[in-house]
Amino acid sequence: MVALVPSSGQKNDWQPSRPGKRSTPYLLLLPGLAWLSVFFIIPLFSLLSTSLMVPLGLSPDDGYMPAFNVANYAEALNEFSEQYLRSFLFAGLATIFALLIAYPLAYFIAFKSGKWKNILLVLVVAPFFASFLIRTYAWKTILADDGFINTFVATLGVLPDDRILSTPIAVVAGLTYNFLPFMTLPLYAALDKMDPRLIEASSDLYAKPLSGFFKVTFPLSLPGVVAGTLLTFIPAAGDYINAQLLGGPRDKMIGNVIESQFIRIRDYPTAAAMSFVLLLTILILVSVYVRRAGTEELL
Amino acid sequence: MAETKNLPKAKVPRPSTWHRINFWIRDHLIAFYGILALIYLFAPIAVVALFSFNKPVGRTNSTWNEFSLEAWTDICRDPTICTAVGTSLRISIVSTVVATLLGTLIAFALVRHRFRGRSTTNLMIFLPMATPEVVLGASLLALFLNLGLPLGQTTVMIAHIMFSISFVVVTVKSRLQGMDPRLEEAAQDLYADEKSTFRYVTFPLVAPGIGAAALLAFSLSFDDYIITNFNSGTTVTFPMYVWGAAQRGIPAQVNVIGTIMFVAALSMVLIAQVIGRAKTKQ
Repeated sequence: MVALVPSSGQKNDWQPSRPGKRSTPYLLLLPGLAWLSVFFIIPLFSLLSTSLMVPLGLSPDDGYMPAFNVANYAEALNEFSEQYLRSFLFAGLATIFALLIAYPLAYFIAFKSGKWKNILLVLVVAPFFASFLIRTYAWKTILADDGFINTFVATLGVLPDDRILSTPIAVVAGLTYNFLPFMTLPLYAALDKMDPRLIEASSDLYAKPLSGFFKVTFPLSLPGVVAGTLLTFIPAAGDYINAQLLGGPRDKMIGNVIESQFIRIRDYPTAAAMSFVLLLTILILVSVYVRRAGTEELL
Repeated sequence: MAETKNLPKAKVPRPSTWHRINFWIRDHLIAFYGILALIYLFAPIAVVALFSFNKPVGRTNSTWNEFSLEAWTDICRDPTICTAVGTSLRISIVSTVVATLLGTLIAFALVRHRFRGRSTTNLMIFLPMATPEVVLGASLLALFLNLGLPLGQTTVMIAHIMFSISFVVVTVKSRLQGMDPRLEEAAQDLYADEKSTFRYVTFPLVAPGIGAAALLAFSLSFDDYIITNFNSGTTVTFPMYVWGAAQRGIPAQVNVIGTIMFVAALSMVLIAQVIGRAKTKQ
């Protein structure tokens, strides 16, 4: 299960000396890559061409015609910039919270759990096996206005409306929860690979525990941090289930808009343009982030 | 350790009680925190299981009323639930089999062969995982609409296979990379031909990775709502049913099925762990 972590950059790929035919790897790749080309790459082009179409009439039933209508993008950005910003804000917050929760948990499993390690790893992945939707509904029950958490928080009087459900807090909490295993596993994999003697060495050299952590442990776990934050941020930015179930009408994310434009309103070109903007923004953010984390010392 | 025993004990002043409490807290803080995090992970699942035993008042099953086994003994009272579960199982099984096969072949090619286009292949595997589900669903829908293909079970299967392949590749690949190549070399030194090396050495060693990949593919498919919602037409999978039911109140039977799925998957993983441990002991 730890394998959820993209294991790119590993150099220990073993190349056998066995005499194989040159065509063997291509035969192995062919069916899978063909599937991905037809049902992942070509659809992206299909989405691109849809995003440039013009409507043939006023109703979606009249259909759309291929064109080069860039105005769809202007519409997507002008009308829904608020939802884009909210999506990235919510996803960013959820990623930070997930990191804060998952790091100590992964550290505990990697270094302090002893013979319980495997069981604990299974327990971290386990929530993943309970349906995403049902889990999110359960949060609705837990955070309900008459539930004990909400009653308790309401007595503290820190919330403006004395409720958690239907607020951004609930959406961010739901996102944090739902993608937590995606954060924990890569962190665990990175920490587990680490040689504990390095940490010992730092304390032998009179590093205080905290500075030893920030100078040795954390930098060495950076690949896990990068993988985990990406695996959390990307699905969280595109998610609309949490916003739909836990948020109020003013907490809609870009996923909600894309879904309703595509499936209910059937304004395919605008919806396709919005999807494309979302994809491109994420790819740009990700590549900037990976480059920063890869070449510059974060601390 | 034996050496230190013979040394005379240094006269160190006993740490004060306050200090010892301080040390104990510092030692156990991380464990305490880990347990808290696990409680957080399991809280909603406990709620799901608990409310499967509830006898809801009216339509919504979100306030505790009274203990009842009604939902457990009469899962199919609303027959559409069971039809939806059946549809989901059918789609997930097909998708799991195809995705596991295609993904495993790619993983073997990536780890065991040198070839041109390796980085393109890696990119093709990584991209679907880096694309938000709404975009995956929307782009497939755009393709199906442009081709005029009718939406239904087949289009859902196509979509599920597409997004599962990458996860299978990554899982099987890491298992293959973790294998000791000397085991296979040893088999070949002992005059095993390529076929029997694969059958008696390579495959049994990779099998747990393939199994884990299949389980992952199955839960991804069974659980998927976002991509399915774009490509299902009138087909109702279990998550689609749950989403629709939410408008009028989710019956306790949904909690029952959620609990069964969770317990089944968890026990499969635990059994695999126990078997794995028994094997390493041998």
